[in-house]
Amino acid sequence: MIRPDAPVLLEIRDLTARVEDQPILKGVSLTIRAGEIHAVMGRNGSGKSTLSKVLAGHPAYTVTGGTVRYMGDDLLSLEPELRARAGLFLGFQYPVEIPGVSNLEFLRVATNARRAGKGEEELDTFAFEDLVRERLQVVQMDPAFLERSVNEGFSGGEKKRNEILQMALLEPLVAVLDETDSGLDIDALRIVAGGVNHLAGPDNATLLITHYQRLLDVITPDYVHVMAAGRILRTGGKELALELEERGYDWVDAELASLERTPAEVG
Amino acid sequence: MVAASLSTPTAAAGAAPNPWVAALLANATGFATPGADALAATRAQAAQALAQTPVPSRRVEAWRFTDLAPLTALKPALLSSAPAAQPEVAAGSLRLSLDGHSDPLAGIALPAGLEPISGDELNATLGQVLAVTGSGELWPVRLNGATAQQVLALRVRGTVATTLELVSDAGDGEGILPLRLLLILEPGASLEVLQVHRSGGVNLTSVVLEARLGEGAELRHGLLAPGADSACLLATVAVEQATGSRYSGVSAHGGWALGRLEPRLVQREGAAHSALKALQLADGRQITDTHSQMVFEGPDGRLEQLHKAVADGQGRSVFNGAVQVPRLAQRTDAAQLSRNLLLSDRARIDTKPELEIVADDVRCAHGATVSRLEQDELFYLQSRGIAADQAARLLLRGFCEEVLQALPEAARPWQPLASLLGEQGR
Repeated sequence: MIRPDAPVLLEIRDLTARVEDQPILKGVSLTIRAGEIHAVMGRNGSGKSTLSKVLAGHPAYTVTGGTVRYMGDDLLSLEPELRARAGLFLGFQYPVEIPGVSNLEFLRVATNARRAGKGEEELDTFAFEDLVRERLQVVQMDPAFLERSVNEGFSGGEKKRNEILQMALLEPLVAVLDETDSGLDIDALRIVAGGVNHLAGPDNATLLITHYQRLLDVITPDYVHVMAAGRILRTGGKELALELEERGYDWVDAELASLERTPAEVG
Repeated sequence: MVAASLSTPTAAAGAAPNPWVAALLANATGFATPGADALAATRAQAAQALAQTPVPSRRVEAWRFTDLAPLTALKPALLSSAPAAQPEVAAGSLRLSLDGHSDPLAGIALPAGLEPISGDELNATLGQVLAVTGSGELWPVRLNGATAQQVLALRVRGTVATTLELVSDAGDGEGILPLRLLLILEPGASLEVLQVHRSGGVNLTSVVLEARLGEGAELRHGLLAPGADSACLLATVAVEQATGSRYSGVSAHGGWALGRLEPRLVQREGAAHSALKALQLADGRQITDTHSQMVFEGPDGRLEQLHKAVADGQGRSVFNGAVQVPRLAQRTDAAQLSRNLLLSDRARIDTKPELEIVADDVRCAHGATVSRLEQDELFYLQSRGIAADQAARLLLRGFCEEVLQALPEAARPWQPLASLLGEQGR
């Protein structure tokens, strides 16, 4: 839902970042307002996942330039946990397995951290169980997964459902979903996408990072951005994704090549 | 009587006994307690042996990483521990308190299937499993034998539904608390036992358990030992297994100035099942040590061993896991995994599998890992709003729980995790 007067939640300006000595992001700019769903598409290695990790504050990535303002504040100066408590959520492409840590306890501690960030009271174990059982329905997840260790032995689809369950509990303002569709069969994709659609509202925003059009068949983006070589090459509406599907990424390479011959402002 | 034998140390040893050992032996004899006579002969023998055995130094391979200095700084006398506060007894378990001198069975009605062993039978049986498992010569076993004033010896028949809790607390007393235990499981018998050893003082808890498992018998054995910075623990668990028997040992010790556990298992004819799960922790300047030994004396035996260790501060963790598979132990299936968590730059972990495999048709797997907390796991938790220090604590707890959850149910009231991590007041 595009409303030009909606408040800006996330504003990325000329962001550059590297991992070890390798520059990955080479000047990304993106503005996300409340109510919007954005999709970032691009080939492997274009910098899409790096963008999501940098936003969440992964320690392996170093920001070398640019700014990111989140709700008007400097996002990059915050520790990862403070970004999460302020309502930024990263849905992992490869959710991490944590043996020995109960999923239920993890979800409760995370939910209470976010509630504290919103100035709300912590939930005791009983109140939390009620909440989590209600939110399980968003992703049609079996309560048995609460008793297991975080993501341990979960199938790819179960892990992604667990990600969306966390999103449902944490009620983020900006959700960055990194390749949430990867490794999902068509039924799981429908359920996960259904969860995302259910949680998207006029006061929050979603940034989908994806390789394929098929996720965008079930979640309709307001904006589609094409990323290549660490920059956003082009921005359009949902029809841009269809065009990519039809024409492939070859034209992106051509465009990139011409850009590199005559460096220009990008964004 | 013991003192008399000491005043004329056997010439064969050549050297005079270590002064600390000599003082201890002299003091131990003055600690006459009711019922101590049953052990008098055994004790005299062990005292003699101990007097002739040098205190292991770090030049001895088995003690290369573990300095006994904290031990010989202790008061060389038996301690008299006062009853300490204990949590409520879990449903379905019977708690016996061991203080080294009073009779743990006094006023206790033993559940069906358990009966005490005494008199000639005790004398004939005691020490046999130690001999079979090659534990008799271990210095900590000799120290225990030379000082223990009594033994809790039980025969097990059939399935005992009650979990037996054997509990000691050396408290804040100074000196040595020697505890000796003997369990004889008749063929087909089944028992669950939980040992709990605690301390809060400058002292040593010395415990030796001998267990013989008859054909098809099953022993589920837990050992929980949260210690204190000032205290030492030397624990030996000797297990002799007949065909078709199952031994499952789950241990967790940590927080001791020096804590060393030596499980020594023998499958006499093979074809038995042994499982060892262990967690040990060291923080500050503590030393935590496990030397395990598994011997297959026949074919078709099985071992599943998981050993986990955490070292923080300037703590030091030592694991040596010996597995012996001689030629006659064909089709042995043994797996040993040592997983270690290094939480500080100044902590140290030494882990060593020691497999001697002569048989050719066997499956013996072993592995060892030493790592820090996984950055990806930490980041995942942080990205959910959990602060770095809390995330690290969650991961540490997760690492420990894999072993702790396997302890007998009766361990729960003792709060294994909190007590080992020092998160509760004693």
